[in-house]
Amino acid sequence: MSSHAHGAHAAHAMEAPTGFIRKYIFSVDHKVIGIQYFLLALAAVLVGIVLSVLMRLHLVWPNMHLPFVSGGLMTQEQYLSLVTMHGTIMVFFVLTTAPQGGFGNYFLPIQIGAPDMAFPRLNMLSFWVTFLAFVAILAAFVVPGGAPISGWTGYTPLSGLGEVTGPGEGWGQTMWIISISLFCLASLLGALNFIATLIDMRAPGMTLFRMPLTCWGWFVTAILGLLAFGVLLAGGILLLLDRSAGTSFFIPAGLVVNDQIQPHSGGSPLLWQHLFWFFGHPEVYIAILPGMGVASHVLSTFARKPVFGYRAMAMAICAIGFLGFMVWGHHMFVSGMSPYSGFAFSVLTMSIGVPSAIKTFNWLGTLWGGKIQFTTPMLFAIGFVSLFVSGGLSGLFLAQPAVDNLLHATYYVVAHFHLVMGVAAIFGIFAATYFWFPKMFGRMMNEPLGKVHFWFTFVGAYCIFMPMHWVGIAGGIRRYADASAVAYLQPLQPVHHFMTIAAFITASAQILFLINFFWSQKSGPKASKNPWNATTLEWITDSPPPHDNFAGHFPSVYRGPYEFSVPGVKDDFVPQNLPPQEVARTKE
Amino acid sequence: MPGIVTDEIEIIRTPSGGRGGSSSDGSDGSGGRGGDGSGGSGGSGSVPQRTYITGMTVGLGGILMFFMALTSAYIVRKDIPNSGWHPLTVPRILWLNTAVLIASSFTLARARKLFKANDQRGFRHWWGVTTILGAFFLLGQIIAWQQLRAAGLFLATNPSSSFFYVFTAAHGLHLLGGVLALTYILFRPTHRLTKGTASEVGAMYWHFMDGLWVFLFLLFLLGR
Repeated sequence: MSSHAHGAHAAHAMEAPTGFIRKYIFSVDHKVIGIQYFLLALAAVLVGIVLSVLMRLHLVWPNMHLPFVSGGLMTQEQYLSLVTMHGTIMVFFVLTTAPQGGFGNYFLPIQIGAPDMAFPRLNMLSFWVTFLAFVAILAAFVVPGGAPISGWTGYTPLSGLGEVTGPGEGWGQTMWIISISLFCLASLLGALNFIATLIDMRAPGMTLFRMPLTCWGWFVTAILGLLAFGVLLAGGILLLLDRSAGTSFFIPAGLVVNDQIQPHSGGSPLLWQHLFWFFGHPEVYIAILPGMGVASHVLSTFARKPVFGYRAMAMAICAIGFLGFMVWGHHMFVSGMSPYSGFAFSVLTMSIGVPSAIKTFNWLGTLWGGKIQFTTPMLFAIGFVSLFVSGGLSGLFLAQPAVDNLLHATYYVVAHFHLVMGVAAIFGIFAATYFWFPKMFGRMMNEPLGKVHFWFTFVGAYCIFMPMHWVGIAGGIRRYADASAVAYLQPLQPVHHFMTIAAFITASAQILFLINFFWSQKSGPKASKNPWNATTLEWITDSPPPHDNFAGHFPSVYRGPYEFSVPGVKDDFVPQNLPPQEVARTKE
Repeated sequence: MPGIVTDEIEIIRTPSGGRGGSSSDGSDGSGGRGGDGSGGSGGSGSVPQRTYITGMTVGLGGILMFFMALTSAYIVRKDIPNSGWHPLTVPRILWLNTAVLIASSFTLARARKLFKANDQRGFRHWWGVTTILGAFFLLGQIIAWQQLRAAGLFLATNPSSSFFYVFTAAHGLHLLGGVLALTYILFRPTHRLTKGTASEVGAMYWHFMDGLWVFLFLLFLLGR
């Protein structure tokens, strides 16, 4: 057994570092890195929210004077740069970073009973490359010409020609490509680490089907990231060459922009769209799958019931991940693709409704007959299910090529993807934050404040995005900076006013969250090891967990993750690490 | 948790055994193969060899997707009608380069065989030969570039030459990483290599890069 003793020592041959820099800045501890990712996402989401509020203000008061814009009035190009930067920052640096990099990093190793990620230094590298990517995207605001205007999808030829197509298309677009390429690199390294950790670092007895559903979400997300980010990286390199080296991968011949003929020959803008969306659609699931895991986890804990159909839930996550790679064409129905391709993409897209419905009904089945505790994380998890359904249903309409042709360029699409991947994923992040805050910081968050935050955000999100569907069906074109010159859009302006006010209130309500988050870290009531009476391994260790997560006492696992209200057992929850002979039973 | 299982947990682990999954992992990793830091790349003390192999397998999957994306772009771009695609005749030296790289996989296999037979000298000899062959391949690729430039074919001359430079540069950078890793292992003290993790993982990467090059070469030859 000397190898064991040796191993136990080697496990934390890297002792808990004591210096400030090794402990909090260049830390290799997955928990510190998780919090770093979370704080990065928090900074990013604040930038993203400010951009969205500016857009909403401009849509209803296009002639409003803004002190920080030269000349006081926002130009149409500046509006488009807000669209681009809002999308890029939110999708990459919030929806990809917080659920996976943040909570995945922090809780995946603990939930499977491991002392750290498989490759801690690689983990640190992933974070710092992500940080560089964030610096690069912020730099796009201040380089000559300002931020790019080609949307978060960076469609060619607009993104491939340089300054001639717009002020932000010079330096700004280059910074965008550099940022996204760095982000791809970091995400690939991160995905590799997640997969290796989950495959090889599980505690004894922690079989795949005893893992919490959060781990399934992170696992499949990592696989999607591994297969998708390399494709975007390849596209980004080709785009950069088109811009800077005069190649013609994406730029067609004979293109005339601003009366200048462009020196390119025979490239294909559609090729970029295929490469982008082959990444872009899995990216949607990268944003939402961890949220699905968190929702299942939280619903089960606060309904005091096992997840309904655990295996079906795990398999549905896998099915969604698998199908997610075969539907990228539905973003390109208006590109003039063959109707046969369109039909295939349409059928495949609608088939994602099957695993999605399995998940939805199983969530409802989990709630059914439960002793529901309406805590703040529970409210956000229920909100997640609600938003996922509301946003997902409009996806079935958009999955029809004929309907999509009509709605593609309208606010209907904006409403759809904001509800289903934007706000739903954010609700997943909020549920995770309120649920795991006691474990991460050793203190409880304020419940009443959390509930007020929930109701403002929940009602607010619906007030912004439900009327937006109607604006889209009525023909409201998206990406228009100023509708005041378009007569038929005038009747829609009052709805835009309503949405802008709702957006302003919802954005302001997030201050409640910030106060709660930072105040509770210092002054919240102390959290016990297991304040929610939950079953999974993160709740058997201290709050916050020690450097190696379990202070040397690594758990073995004897049961599935959601043993709540087991008949004949005294307590209404049985931790995963409790041996069968130690389970306290009621008298028969 | 192989490698970190304490004796106490080893005993209570038994009831949960036999349920498949990771329970078998415990017995396998905590034995002789358990990591002692010989893994090379990550350096975290407790990670067993198996984890490095998993990590490399997964990493190669990501690299494969990157090259497959470029390949599909190549195929799509080539088949666009009237797009000015002129088939590229590959420089003849690529045949030699290909032969050198394939040979390096065989010398690498020989080095690994000697390693397993505990012949450290023989291992280092053939491992060194492999590294030098890899360096020769890179040199040959640079000569190929120079020949193309001399023929007036630059990055932006034609889509076919654009792709050629992109593919060879991307592969060359990956192979350069491989040469550096091989060199690093070559100069590691013997006692850091005894578990064979570094050489195992290095060999996986090298054979993959070799196979990838053969694929790319065939793409240039047959998919012009």
